[in-house]
Amino acid sequence: MPDVWSQYSQKVMEHFKNPRNVGEIENPDGVGHVGNPVCGDIMELYIKVNNGNIVDAKFKTFGCGAAIATSSMVTEMVKGKSIKEALKISNRAVAEALDGLPPVKMHCSVLAEEALKYAIEDYLNKSRNKAKRQPRKKQTQYGCGKSDE
Amino acid sequence: MRRTYLDHAATTPTRPEVVKAMLPFFTDAFGNPSSVYSYGQEARGAIEEARTKVAGLIGAGSEEIIFTGGGTEADNLAIKGVAHANEHRGNHIITTSIEHHAVTEVCKSLERRGFTVTYLPVDKYGLVAADDVRKAITGKTVLISIMHANNEIGTIEPVEEIGRIAREAGVYFHSDAVQTVGHIPVNVDKFKVDLLSISAHKLYGPKGVGALYVRKGTKLVPLIHGGEQEKRRRAGTENVPGIVGLGKAVELAGQDMNREAERLAALRDKLTEGLRERIDHTHLNGHPKRRLPNNVNVSIDFVEGESMLLNLDLEGICASTGSACSSASLEPSHVLLALGLSPEQAHGSLRFTLGRENTEADVERVLTVLPGIVAKLRAMSPLSKTQK
Repeated sequence: MPDVWSQYSQKVMEHFKNPRNVGEIENPDGVGHVGNPVCGDIMELYIKVNNGNIVDAKFKTFGCGAAIATSSMVTEMVKGKSIKEALKISNRAVAEALDGLPPVKMHCSVLAEEALKYAIEDYLNKSRNKAKRQPRKKQTQYGCGKSDE
Repeated sequence: MRRTYLDHAATTPTRPEVVKAMLPFFTDAFGNPSSVYSYGQEARGAIEEARTKVAGLIGAGSEEIIFTGGGTEADNLAIKGVAHANEHRGNHIITTSIEHHAVTEVCKSLERRGFTVTYLPVDKYGLVAADDVRKAITGKTVLISIMHANNEIGTIEPVEEIGRIAREAGVYFHSDAVQTVGHIPVNVDKFKVDLLSISAHKLYGPKGVGALYVRKGTKLVPLIHGGEQEKRRRAGTENVPGIVGLGKAVELAGQDMNREAERLAALRDKLTEGLRERIDHTHLNGHPKRRLPNNVNVSIDFVEGESMLLNLDLEGICASTGSACSSASLEPSHVLLALGLSPEQAHGSLRFTLGRENTEADVERVLTVLPGIVAKLRAMSPLSKTQK
């Protein structure tokens, strides 16, 4: 296993050691819940939206070093972005912002992208329905280890 | 930073005395043991001396030891060798669901070639029931392969009972003993095993060398053809320095095995108790008593193994996990799942395996560092709130 994290970039290690935006948002406008305990990764992403802009984002993650680093990075990336801009954030963009991920860890960036997409979808549903709804839970459809790479 | 190595089940450092014993066989005594001149015979003599030492530690005859390229090759030779040599008698093999991949994958490859394999379950401590072995034997069973002690959870299997059952049924019995030889007593007659795998680098010897004990009269088809070496059971010029190293490592292990096992067991219990006291929701995996003297395996709820290992590594502590976040499959340890652990708990496992150079200070260091790491990771875990 050490050979895997010697492949972790300095940026991944930096976000792993000092993750940004850990925690939950009280009364969030959107929550994305993704992952699968069998694969060992579970991610929760919370967003606060004001005038169509994401003003705050926080996460809670159970997972490996890359899962924690991608969660941290995606929350950094969405803050201050409009919903439209945030929807364009891809898993590749998250991985690139971390100076890359080892190939076997690319699925972590997919989780981060999905968590964000579901949080935004949750927000859009809520604002459409006005009434408060339970955050939508989503188990990833693909098997462990698969990614779009 | 001082490095605290607690992964001796993965590999051990080669002891300086072992390296010293090996060195002449790279240079001055480089001869091919198959050559008739004195250079060759010097090397031949060294191999035979090593063979006697290995045989001596496990109560075997020296002619019953075949040197191999390691524990994995020994497992392959034992299982494929017996299976193929006895195809006329039957095509059924019995093993367990917690074997090392060096056994499991060999069995799977035989299944693809028409063999049938029974993978026996284990209880929550990782123990296989001898009675299950008895019940699984059919008229077509040719081999039982059950490890002496499990590499992940340290549980010691009832090999003596299984050996008796195998002997009565006239079925060959192989045991992978790479985690036990040189660490706790192993005796091939007491265990009634017909084949037993040994690895040098698990007992402070070099990597790339091991041995297979093969009881006299056991039919075996070789894996490697191409020479007369090892009585035609393992062709190829012998790894003389490696074999000498294995011999020396075995000799040294035999000198203080019981004393060292006692010392390590005390450290093991201190570490286990300390972890349970200082980190809530910590569970010991494996048998509380019937376990290797150096093995601590715990599941720490709500946190994932690799992130713990990564944090421990930043503190200079080397350990291991049954989480497989970096392997291609990502599925957690088959051993932990066989015990009935949930995937989350299997992913939250940590293994510490102690060794000769470890002291109480190393145990103290883990107990000082780990609670903080777990607290930090739990603070960011979505599982903490839902299950606490």
